[in-house]
Amino acid sequence: MNFTLTEEQRMLRDLCAQIAREKILPVRAELDESGEFPWDVVKVMAASDIYGVYIPEEYGGLGGGVLEMCIATEELSRVCSGIALAFAASALGAYPILLFGSEEQKKKYLPDIASGKKLAAFALTEANAGSDAGAVETRAELSGDSYVLNGTKQWITNGGEAETYTVVARTSKGTGIRGISAFIVEKGTPGFTFGKKENKMGIRASATRELVFQDCRVPRENLLGREGMGFLAAMRTFDLSRPGVAAQAVGIAQGALDEALKYARHREQFGQPVASFQGLQFMLADMATQVEAARALVYLAARAADAGEKSMAKLSAMAKVFASDVAMRVTTDAVQVLGGYGYMKEYPVEKMMRDAKITQIYEGTNQIQRAIIASAVIKESAAKEKGE
Amino acid sequence: MSVSSIEVLDERCVGCELCVRACLYDAIEMRDDVAVIKDNCTLCGACVDACKFGAIILRKEAKEAATPDAYRGVWVVAEQRDGALHGVSFELLGKGRELADARGARLSAVLIGSGVEGLAKDLVERGADEVLVVDEPELAHYLDEPYAAVVADLIERHRPEIVLTGATTLGRSMIPRVAVRVKTGLTADCTGLAIDDESGGLLQTRPAFGGNIMATIVCPNHRPQMATVRHKVMKPLEPAPGRQGKVARERVAKTLLSSRAEFVRFVKDVTQTVNIAEADIIVSGGRGLGGSESFRLVEELARAIGGAVGASRAAVDAGWIPYSHQVGQTGKTVQPKVYIACGISGAVQHLAGMQSSKVIVAINKDPDAPIMRSATYAVVGDLFEVLPALTRRLRAELS
Amino acid sequence: MNVVVLLKQVPDTTDVRIDRETNTLIREGVPSIINPFDMYAIEEGLRLRERAGGGTVTVMSMGPPQVEASLRDAIAMGVDDAVLLSDRAFAGSDTWSTSYTLAAGIRKRGAFDVVLCGKQAIDGDTGQVGPGVAELLDAPQVTHVRKIELGPDGVAEVERLMEDGTDVLRVRPPAVFSVVKEINEPRLPSLKGKMRAKKAEIAVWRAADLEVDARELGLDGSPTRVVRIFAPEARPGGKVLSGTADEVVAELAAELAAVVKGSQRG
Repeated sequence: MNFTLTEEQRMLRDLCAQIAREKILPVRAELDESGEFPWDVVKVMAASDIYGVYIPEEYGGLGGGVLEMCIATEELSRVCSGIALAFAASALGAYPILLFGSEEQKKKYLPDIASGKKLAAFALTEANAGSDAGAVETRAELSGDSYVLNGTKQWITNGGEAETYTVVARTSKGTGIRGISAFIVEKGTPGFTFGKKENKMGIRASATRELVFQDCRVPRENLLGREGMGFLAAMRTFDLSRPGVAAQAVGIAQGALDEALKYARHREQFGQPVASFQGLQFMLADMATQVEAARALVYLAARAADAGEKSMAKLSAMAKVFASDVAMRVTTDAVQVLGGYGYMKEYPVEKMMRDAKITQIYEGTNQIQRAIIASAVIKESAAKEKGE
Repeated sequence: MSVSSIEVLDERCVGCELCVRACLYDAIEMRDDVAVIKDNCTLCGACVDACKFGAIILRKEAKEAATPDAYRGVWVVAEQRDGALHGVSFELLGKGRELADARGARLSAVLIGSGVEGLAKDLVERGADEVLVVDEPELAHYLDEPYAAVVADLIERHRPEIVLTGATTLGRSMIPRVAVRVKTGLTADCTGLAIDDESGGLLQTRPAFGGNIMATIVCPNHRPQMATVRHKVMKPLEPAPGRQGKVARERVAKTLLSSRAEFVRFVKDVTQTVNIAEADIIVSGGRGLGGSESFRLVEELARAIGGAVGASRAAVDAGWIPYSHQVGQTGKTVQPKVYIACGISGAVQHLAGMQSSKVIVAINKDPDAPIMRSATYAVVGDLFEVLPALTRRLRAELS
Repeated sequence: MNVVVLLKQVPDTTDVRIDRETNTLIREGVPSIINPFDMYAIEEGLRLRERAGGGTVTVMSMGPPQVEASLRDAIAMGVDDAVLLSDRAFAGSDTWSTSYTLAAGIRKRGAFDVVLCGKQAIDGDTGQVGPGVAELLDAPQVTHVRKIELGPDGVAEVERLMEDGTDVLRVRPPAVFSVVKEINEPRLPSLKGKMRAKKAEIAVWRAADLEVDARELGLDGSPTRVVRIFAPEARPGGKVLSGTADEVVAELAAELAAVVKGSQRG
C-alpha cells in the first residue's frame, strides 16, 4: 500500500514494524500468559516518539492525525494487539482532552502523554452502563472548588497503569445523556482507587481494571468543556478512536493471515504443501481480500477525520464493525488453516483469535455500530429525498 | 592519486554477468549488456578471476620493493599472563618452525613481562632457536602502549621478515598498534600460512564474510609481514626437553615503558566454569529445544562426554541460557574437535562461529536445515529421542 | 563530552556465499547495514553524552556515497552530526590505509575526548582499525571494552573483557575505545530522529580536504594485497543418518566415541 502513504507515514510504519519485531515479538507469548503490563515496550515506544504521533506539535507531539495513530496501532497489533493497547488506549484517553480541553488543560496534560511519560485512559463504562452509555451513574457533585466523584467504572483499559484519566460522570439530576460531563482525573487523587485486575480471554497483556471513586475531590478546572457535554465528548472521541480499534483489528487479521500463509507454504500433506490445495487457497484468498478491504475502510475513515469531516459517526462505525468482524473471521480461519497446530499455544494464531473477539465488543459493540450506521444512512436517505 | 585502476574491455565482454555475481560489493552492473564497474569498487579483483573472457583488467601500480632482503628471521610474539604462557604461543612456534625452515632462517620468540625470564626455556623446548626477553617491572600487567612500543622497537632493531602473534584478546589489541607504528601490513586470524615458492613471501590465508569466503593475502613491499592466528588453529611441536637455544635479555629505553592507561585489577569470571571458546567438545542447543527445561538434555550429553554447553542466538534471545554460551558471529567463535548441534537450523551467523569444528554432528528433524549440509554427521530425527539415547550409549562406551 | 564514533557499512554477510561449481559469489541483492558492533559504539557515544549532561557525538565513516544512508541511520538514533570520507582514492584500502584515512579525518574534525568503534567489522573481522587509529592519533586505547565510567576527576575507569574475566583500567581522555556487545543495548531510532536525519547535511570530505600523503591512500597505499579469493573447502564425509532413534544412535555412538576419546586424551 506504499503509494497511498507519505514518506513520513512510511517511516512511522517501518519504525513500528521494527519495534514490533525486535521488542514485542520476543515477549508476547510470555506476557499473554502472565498478563503482566509491558512497561519495557512502553519505554521503547516512548523513546521512539510513537506516543506523540497524533498530538499537535505545540503540545510536544509530531502533529500527525488519526491516520498516523491507525498506522502505528496496526503495525504494533500485527505482532501483539494486547501490547499495542498500551499505545492505542492511551490515545483513547487523550482524545477528549485534545477535542474538548481548554488551552490550559491541553498544555498541562498533553505533553506528558505525547512523550509517553504518562499513559492516559478513558473511563465511561459501568456495571449498568455499557451500550446504554447514557445510563452512567457515577456522580460528580459540585462542592466549592471541586467536583466530588462517587461511583465505580468497569473494565477500563490501562486502568491502574495510566496516570491521566478522562472520566464521564453525572453532574445533574435525572437520567439521560444531557446530564453527564467529562473530567480529567489524575492517578493518586485521594478517593480514587483501583479495583481488581480482570482476567481476560484475550488482549491479556493489556491491563483492565475497575476505577473506584469514593468522595474523590477533583479540581473544578478539570471539567472538560461545560457541564452536560459529557455524552458529546464521548461520542466525538469515539469518532476518532473507533478507526483505531478498526486498525487494531486489521493488524490482528494481517498477523494471522501472515502466519497462515507461512504455515500453508511449509506444511506438507499428501506429498505437497497444503497451500497447493484449492480448498485452502480459496480460504486464504478470502482472508486476504477481507483484510485489504478492512484496511481500505480504516484509511478512508482516518483520512476523512484528518480532512476535517464533521459527521464521522457513520464512517468510523463502518470501519470498526467491518474490520472487527473481519478479524474474528480471519483469525478463526487462520486457526483452521494451521489445523491441530493452530489450536496449540505454541503457535501464535490461537492467541490472535482470542485477541480478536474484543474488537467486536468494546468502544461500542458491533450491534451499536450497526444501529449508528443504520440511523445515519436512513437520515441521509430522508435528506436526499427532501432535497429532490 | 591512486594509479591502480580497473577497466572492462567492452569488446571482450559477452554479457554473461559472472563478474556481477562475483562482486562482493555490488559494484558491477550491466548497461546495454556490457559490464560497467561502479564507484564503490574496492579493486579486490574477484571479478577478474571470475571472468572467463579476460574482459576485466586490473592494473596495480608496481611499487619499488622495500629491500626485503634486509629483513631475516621468523618471530613469534609469545603471550604470557601471570607467569603462564598461553598455548597459542606454542602453536605459533610449531608453524613458525616450518616457515623458518622454508626460509632458511632463525625462529625467535619474543617474551615480554615482569619476572618471566624463566619461561624462555619452554619456548626453546617448543621450537624457538632464540628468545628475546624484555623483563621490566612496568610490564607486569599487559598494557597496550608499552607492550606495543617494545615489540615495535625490537622489530625496528632486529628486522625480522615475519612476525606471528596469537589472535587473542590481548594479541588483537596490541599487534595492530605495532603494525601501524612500524608501518607494515597485518593480516588477522590466518588459518593458513605458507612460503610462496616464487617470491619467498608469506602467503596468508584467512576467512572473510563470516567464513563464507577464503582469501589469500600477501604483503609484498613492506616488512615484516605480520599475521595473527587464533588459538587451536595451528599445531604445536612436541616439547623437546633439553633442547638448546639462545636467551637474550633485551634492554629498552624507559620512555617506551610509559603508559597513559593504568592497570587497576583483574576480576575473574566465576560464573563460567568452562570457557566454550577453549573447549574441545561442545554440545549446543537451539530453537528446536523449545524451552529452557529442554537444555537439560543438552547439559546431560555434555556432561557425559566432558564437553561444554553452547547455544544458538535463538536460544539465548529466548532467555533459555545466558549469553556467555552463545556461539556465532555476535557470540563466541569456537574450534572444538566435536560440535554437536541440537535443534539448531544453522543460520549463517551461527555457522560463522563454529564451522572450523573438526567434526560436526547436527541433530534436527528437518533434513533441509542449512546446518545439515555442513555436518559431518547429519542426524535426521527427533532430538528429544536421539539425545537421551545418545547420552546413554556414549556414557556406556566411554566408561 | 566530545565523541567521534567510527562506523563501517558492511554487506549483511547472511547471504554472501561462493558457488562451489563456478567459484563465483552467490548474493541475492545483499543489503548494506551498519556493522552490528558499531551500533553498540553509537549507543555508548550517546550514553556518554547523556551522562556528561551534554556534548557532541559525531559519526564518521570512510566509504562510497551509499554509506550516507547508514550515517543517517546513526543520526536517527540521536547522533549530532556525520562526516563521510569519500574519494575514489580511498578504494581498495586495507586496514593500514583505512586507519590512516580515518585518523586524518578525525584530526581535521578537531579535538575529541573519546573515539569509539565496534570490536570488529563483520566482513573483514580483523578488529585492527581501532588500535591503528589510536596509534596514528598517538592516543591511548583500550579494546574489548564492556564498560566506561567517567569519574569526576575526568579519568575514565574502563573494563576490558578478557576470555576468563575482566581487566579494570584507568585512562585519561583523549582515548580510543573499541567496544563489545556486552557494553549496552542499542536504542531504536526515534521518529524525531528520523526526520532530523532526513534533513541533516552530511559533510563529505575528499582526499584533497584532508592532510594526507596520497601515497598512503587506497589500494596503492595498502601494504597488504588480496591475491586470491576462493570457496572454503567442502567438508569431507557428510553422512546423513536417519531412522529410529536407536538405529541412528547405534551408528553414531561408535564413531563419536572414538573421536571423543581421542580429544579427551588431548
